This record gives sequence, C-alpha cells and structure tokens, in this order.
Amino acid sequence: MKRGLFYLAVGALFGITMFKSEAASWFRIYEMFQFKSFHMYGIIGSALFLGVIIMQLINRGKIKTFDGEQIVVPPKDMSVPRYLIGGLFFGLGWALAGACPGPMFTLTGAGYWPILVVIGGALIGTWVYGLLRSKLPH
Amino acid sequence: MDWIYEPWPWYVAGPMIALIMLILLMAGKNFGMSANLRTFCTIAGAGKTSDFFRFDWKAQKWNMLVVAGAVIGGYIAMNFLSKDPVVALHPEVVIQLNEMGFEGAGTSYLPANLFSAEAFENPVTLGLLLLGGFLVGFGARYAGGCTSGHAISGMSSLQLPSLIAVIGFFAGGLIMINFLFPLIF
Repeated sequence: MKRGLFYLAVGALFGITMFKSEAASWFRIYEMFQFKSFHMYGIIGSALFLGVIIMQLINRGKIKTFDGEQIVVPPKDMSVPRYLIGGLFFGLGWALAGACPGPMFTLTGAGYWPILVVIGGALIGTWVYGLLRSKLPH
Repeated sequence: MDWIYEPWPWYVAGPMIALIMLILLMAGKNFGMSANLRTFCTIAGAGKTSDFFRFDWKAQKWNMLVVAGAVIGGYIAMNFLSKDPVVALHPEVVIQLNEMGFEGAGTSYLPANLFSAEAFENPVTLGLLLLGGFLVGFGARYAGGCTSGHAISGMSSLQLPSLIAVIGFFAGGLIMINFLFPLIF
C-alpha cells in the first residue's frame, strides 16, 4: 500500500513535469524536429547530463538502493538493425502523433480525449510487434 | 501566485526527469514507459497469440502505478497548475503550421484539428492518430524502449544500443516532418 502510493506519486510528478514543461505538446515536438527551439534539447540534454553523473556515482557505489544494495542497470544486447529500424518506426510515430508513451497518458489525464485513439494505436502496434517478432531482423 | 501557472523552463524539467529516474533506480526499478504497453497487451490476453506476451505481468505492477500517476499528474497540471495553457512557439513555426492548416499554433497547447472533440468526427484524423500511435507502439517494442528507456536511461549509462535507437528516433522524426507531412497535410 505504502509502496503503491510511492509509485503513484513518482508518476504524478512525472506527469506534471511532462505537461508543465510542454514536452507533452504536439507543437513542441514539431518545433524540435524543425530545430527551431532549444527547449526540448535543453530538457533532454540537462536530464542526460545529470543522468550520466548519477550513473557514474552508481557505478562507483556512491548511490545505493533505499535498501542499501548496489543498483544494477541491465546492459542492452548489441545490435544495429533492431535499434535503428525500431527507432525509425518510433520516430515516425513520435512526430506524427506528437507524443511518446509517457505524455500519451499525461494528456489523457489533461482531458484531450483524441489521445485515447493514439494509445489504442500504440497497443495495437505493440501487439503486432509481438506477432511478427520472430520474422523481424533483430 | 501567478508564477504557478507559467510553463516550466527546460532547466527545471530536465533535472526533474533525472530526479525521477534516480528515485526509481533507488527503488530498484528501471525508468521505461513503453514497457507498460506490453503489460496492457498481456492483461488483455495477448499471451494467447504470441509468447512475447507470456510473462508475469504482476512484476510490472509498480510501472502501471507510475502510469496511473502520470494520468493523475496530467489532470493536476491541467486543472490546478495551468490557466488556458499556450505553447509559445518560434514565430516561423507558427507560420509554417498555419500554412499547412494546423489550428491553434502559438495560441493553444495542442493542434485543435488533431486533438479537439472535432477529431472524432473526421475519419482521416482518426486514422492519422491511430497510425501515429501504432508506429510509436511498434517502434518502441522493436527498439526495446522509448524516450524514457533509451534517450534518458540508456544514454545516461552510456549504452551504444540506446544511442543507435535515439539516432533512429530522430531520423524517423525528420523523415516524417520534412518528407511525409507535405504529403499528408
């Protein structure tokens, strides 16, 4: 119960951040791909800058879990086609729908109902990937 | 108190995202939003059609709570922390979007032709929203992650696969906006 509330609160903070930073705005995603504003690059860049420092501290054992254990970040299997082709599909959809998976849910809470169609499409896309997985280059 | 309704600058939002990743790591979890789409498919019974969906979804409960929180966060941000939210776009972007027939560039949060109630009456718009979502869902699972999993978590731990995925994200986005938008809109 306590843990449940913790994750809800983390999610709420994330949702508020996505909405208030305008990362959940279709317009901002379009502007980003037009390289007309620093805003989105600033968000991703500063998150990444701090993220690298956090990961370095984790690797040196300076940050541990709340239970005092070593944090493990599982390495991803190396492949080029999987990430490049998969990423290409994702990018096409990100620019068209103007929302990636986090903001989709934030916009639902904000009451922009057509985003539910986008979420429906994302669920179908995930399902179709599961069906075709063995036939796709990885 | 009007500052509370203002949009957040990048140097507040970026560190906040890093903080969220850190809190989840300290709870022993890895930040990744699109994994939930797979979990929802599993709960809906997709395990009958592909073993990709046969996994213990209860282990992902925490992530579904994060998603539920993201919905609540969207509600709070819209209703208590915003007053008629407007995205201040670059003037050239506003002109471009107006020429392509998008409504509300520079005067609203989302384009009205795609995200207001009128979208439900237009089959072409519905098809575009569905297609956009499909590509995001398919691509995220194919690439093994989305913006949170690859661009933030994966790149922070300096993983080459995540860099390749992010190059893919941007290539896809640039193709859509520069070559496909002129055909679609």
